[in-house]
Amino acid sequence: MSITIDRISKTFGRFQALRDVALEIPEGKLTALLGPSGSGKTTLLRIIAGLESSDSGRILFGGEDVSSLHVRNRNIGFVFQHYALFRHLTVAENIAFGLESLPRRQRPSKPEIRQRVAKLLEMIQLPQLADRYPAQLSGGQKQRVALARALATQPRILLLDEPFGALDAKVRKDLRRWLRALHDEFHFTSIFVTHDQEEALELSDQVVVMSQGQVEQVNTPTELYAKPESRFVFDFLGHVNVLSGVVRGQKLVQGDAWVSLPGNRSEQEAQLYLRPHEVHLARAPDAHARLPLRIDAVSLIGSEVRIELVPEGWQSNEIWEVGMSHNEFARQNPSRGELWYGVPDIGHLFSGDNGQPKTVDWHCRDVAKACNI
Amino acid sequence: MANAHRRVGDQPWVRRSLIGTALLLAMFMLVIPVVVIFAQALSAGWSTFADNVTDQYTLHAIGLTLFVAALTVPLNLVFGTALAWSVTRFHFPGRKLLITLIDIPFAVSPVIAGLLYLLLYGRNGWLGGWLANYDVQLMFSWPGIVMVTVFVTCPFVARELIPLMQQQGSEEEEAGVVLGASGWRIFRKITLPNIKWALIYGVVLTNARAVGEFGAVSVVSGNVRGETNTLPLHVELLYQDYNVVGAFASASLLAAIAMLTLVVKAFVEWRQSRPIVSTPEKEVS
Repeated sequence: MSITIDRISKTFGRFQALRDVALEIPEGKLTALLGPSGSGKTTLLRIIAGLESSDSGRILFGGEDVSSLHVRNRNIGFVFQHYALFRHLTVAENIAFGLESLPRRQRPSKPEIRQRVAKLLEMIQLPQLADRYPAQLSGGQKQRVALARALATQPRILLLDEPFGALDAKVRKDLRRWLRALHDEFHFTSIFVTHDQEEALELSDQVVVMSQGQVEQVNTPTELYAKPESRFVFDFLGHVNVLSGVVRGQKLVQGDAWVSLPGNRSEQEAQLYLRPHEVHLARAPDAHARLPLRIDAVSLIGSEVRIELVPEGWQSNEIWEVGMSHNEFARQNPSRGELWYGVPDIGHLFSGDNGQPKTVDWHCRDVAKACNI
Repeated sequence: MANAHRRVGDQPWVRRSLIGTALLLAMFMLVIPVVVIFAQALSAGWSTFADNVTDQYTLHAIGLTLFVAALTVPLNLVFGTALAWSVTRFHFPGRKLLITLIDIPFAVSPVIAGLLYLLLYGRNGWLGGWLANYDVQLMFSWPGIVMVTVFVTCPFVARELIPLMQQQGSEEEEAGVVLGASGWRIFRKITLPNIKWALIYGVVLTNARAVGEFGAVSVVSGNVRGETNTLPLHVELLYQDYNVVGAFASASLLAAIAMLTLVVKAFVEWRQSRPIVSTPEKEVS
C-alpha cells in the first residue's frame, strides 16, 4: 500500500517541527527517513501512524484519505525505539496481543492464535523464549519480539522508529540484514527513521533526507550519495573535504591552495566539495591543483586505509580525509608528519547562494571536451 | 561483617552515639506510647476491655468509621487514577497547576478544610442553603463526614501514581493502541498491571488516613453519639467523660488498624521493589 504525505505541517508550541512536507512512499519499498535530531523525522512517522495529529495536510494510504482515521483502525505495524514491550506479559502474550485485540468477528480462534504466534516465534528464531518476560531478554531479542508483535496482524504498512538505535554494533548489523530479508519476503511498505547514514544507505530502497522540518532530497541510496543536491545532504552523508575560497580567473584560490576550474567564471566565493575517494595524494602538486596537506593520522582498519590530513598554508573547518587502497599504501608508504599534495579527480562546486552543485571532472578534461561542467 | 560499611576515618564513638540517640528517641516517641495504649486499654482486665469495645456506642462508631472508609477509598481510587492519568498522559494548559493543586489537602490544616465545607455546604452556606430547600442536609450527618474525608485523603493515590506513570511513559499504551486495542483493554491489560502495586500502596495510605481523620471530621460531624461519631471522635468523647479505660480501648482499635496498615505497606513496598518476574528458566531446545 503506497503512502502519500500531502503538505503536512506541525508545530509544537513555537517550534515548527514540520513545514509543508509532501512525499510519496512507493508500495512495497523500504524507505528511510534520515536526518539529524530535531529534523522532524520521528514526528512525521508518528503522524503517519496516527499517534500524532498534524496541524494541516493529509495522509493517504493507497489513495484513501486516512487523516481522520483513528490509529486503532489504520492497521499499521509500529516498532518503537525502546521496544515498548508489555512488561507484564510473556513474549507469546505480547505477540498475541494484536490478534486478541481484533473485533470479535475478525478475531481468529484461540488455537489459531496460538498457531500464528508459534509461527511468528519461528520467524524471529526465538521459539524457546515464548514464556519469558521482556525483562529477561537481551536488546536484540526484545527488538525481534517487537517486530513479531507488529507483524502479527499482517499490516500492510510497517513503521519503525530508530529500530536499531539502542543496540550494539554487531547485533545492529545482524538485525539490519534480517530486517532486509524479512522485507524482501513479505513486501509490506516500510518506513524507518534513522540518524545513521550508513544504516539508511545500506538498508533502504529510497532515502528521504530531512532537515529542520523539511525534505532536503529524496533518492535511491546510490544516486543520493553520488549526486547530493545541497550542502546539507553533502555534509550529512559521509565525510566531505571542503576547499572554501574565491574564484579568480580559472582558479579557486585560498591561501597557498588552488584548484583549476575549466571555463570562465565571474569572481565570487565558492566551495569545492570532495568525497574522500574523489581525491588522491601525490608527492608533488599536479598541473591542475595545488593542495598542500600534512598527514595527521593514518588508520589501517577496514578495507581501505584512511588518511587524515591538516591543510598547510590554507584553512579548512574540518580535517581532510583521503582513502587509499592497502596496496597503494604499501607502495607509497605515507607516514605521519609528511607533506603531501591533494589531487582531486571529481569535485562538486557550490557557488553563491545557488543550492545545486556543479560537478567538475578533471580526468575527462584531458580526454575529451565533452565533460559537462 | 559488622564493619563492612565503615568509612575510613569515621570514629566508632560517633557512630555509636548517633545510633544510640536515634534508638532512644524512637523508643520514647514511638514505641512506648503504642505500648501504653494497649497497656491502658487492658489495665482493667480483658473483660472490661471487651465490655468497652462491645459498648453500643463504640460499636456504632466502629461501624460508621468503616462505612466512611468504605466510601472514601473507592471514590479516591477512581479520582486519583483519573487525575494521575490525565496529568501524565495529556499535555494541556494548567497541567502543572493541577499537579500543585493536588497537594492542597496536605498543605491545609484539616480543621480549616472542615470549616470551609461547613461554610459552603452548611445550612447558612452558599450551596447548603439551596440544598436545604430540597431537604438535603449534608453537614452534621454522614455525607458531610464522607465529603471532608474524601477531601483530606484525595492526594494519596494520585501522588503515588504520578511519579511512577511519568517514569514508565506512555510507549506501552501507544503500542497497545497501534495494535488495535480499545481504551478499556489498554487500561486493563497494560496500564493497570504496571501501576498495580503503587495503586494498592495508595489505597492503604488512603484507608489509614480515612479511618484516623479527626480534625476535619470533628468540625462537620456534630459529635452525636450513636449517630455521627466516628472512632477517633469517640475516643475523645470518652476521654472527656473521664472514661480513660474506654478511651484507650477504642484507641487501641485504631492503633491495631494502624499496625495492620504498616504490615500491608511493608509487604507492598517489598513487592514493588522486586523486579517484574523471576519465573524458573524453561529452556526448550
